[in-house]
Amino acid sequence: MSIQSIKVGASPEVQYLLRVGDSCLILAQRISEWCGHGPILEEDLALSNMALDLLGQARGLLTHAAKLDGQGHDEDQLAFLRDERQYLNPVLMELPRGDFAFTQVRNFAVATWLLLLWQRLEHSSDAEVAAIAGKAVKEASYHQQHAADWVVRLGDGTEQSARRMVEALATLWPYFNELFDADAVDEAAAAQGFGPAWSELKTDWQAHMSEVLRDAGLTPPKDSAFVGAGRRGIHSEHMGHLLAELQYLQRAYPGGKW
Amino acid sequence: MSTTTQTEWPLWEVFVRNKAGLDHKHCGSLHAADAKMAIQLARDVYTRRQEGTSIWVVPSSQITASDPGDKGMYFDPMEDKVYRHPTFYELPDALNHM
Repeated sequence: MSIQSIKVGASPEVQYLLRVGDSCLILAQRISEWCGHGPILEEDLALSNMALDLLGQARGLLTHAAKLDGQGHDEDQLAFLRDERQYLNPVLMELPRGDFAFTQVRNFAVATWLLLLWQRLEHSSDAEVAAIAGKAVKEASYHQQHAADWVVRLGDGTEQSARRMVEALATLWPYFNELFDADAVDEAAAAQGFGPAWSELKTDWQAHMSEVLRDAGLTPPKDSAFVGAGRRGIHSEHMGHLLAELQYLQRAYPGGKW
Repeated sequence: MSTTTQTEWPLWEVFVRNKAGLDHKHCGSLHAADAKMAIQLARDVYTRRQEGTSIWVVPSSQITASDPGDKGMYFDPMEDKVYRHPTFYELPDALNHM
């Protein structure tokens, strides 16, 4: 018999940390799907490194979330034993990895967003969060630069690469809205200095985005009114499949370790 | 005129310095479209276990190498020239660890 799923509490701090931590965890899982499938060996390693960086960030945040939650869980239990509705990452992170253009556009968008977020979290009222952010800010800077270079190369590359970039942008664009959506958890975190309201990041993110898209010769798609609800646990049809793979070992062999 | 299309990125030689003050050491090669990409990929391929503090990349095509066929005349004559090592000097005790 498989083990029971766990639930986390509803405190704004825990929810806020899981929104960020789950973003890192789920995107790490998606990026790691490139391992062994990169277009060249060198980029295969670059993507795997990035996935591991994100996983490291997720570990820090999940560990701290578990501690603040006070139910005696650890990072592994949070990562592997929650049900789908208990994951709080924006839907953007769980979308299938797509082609290389899709991966690089998403990586650039998320790295830029995370970089802005980490820079503000360095001043969090929570010392542990500030310490995690201090380390992550360097990793995110590199992820951003690496992905930005690819966005420019592919956008300003061949006819095929440009076409794929346009398609990737069009698919991804509506999902970016959720990265800046305001709600009660967000406001509570901002009010107590725990972390920024995500809406604060929008202007800077747009500025980075337009600069790189301009260099890439790409035009931002028309804005969409769609806002994902992954942060409140409402995910896309892709999330269940991702979790099945992510959680399989721990569910099949409870407590299994390396 | 050649009409072949280049289907592989050029090869780059990678040199990594692992500590300030030490010299850059050759550690391998990789494929990259240009110098900027070569530096980034060198970082990802060759310094991910804390091996580096600085990276150089050089297009492999820019390196001129000695011909392996010349190995005999180039290097073998040095075998019996032990007097080229400064091992015959007697050093004062104070300098014993030179």
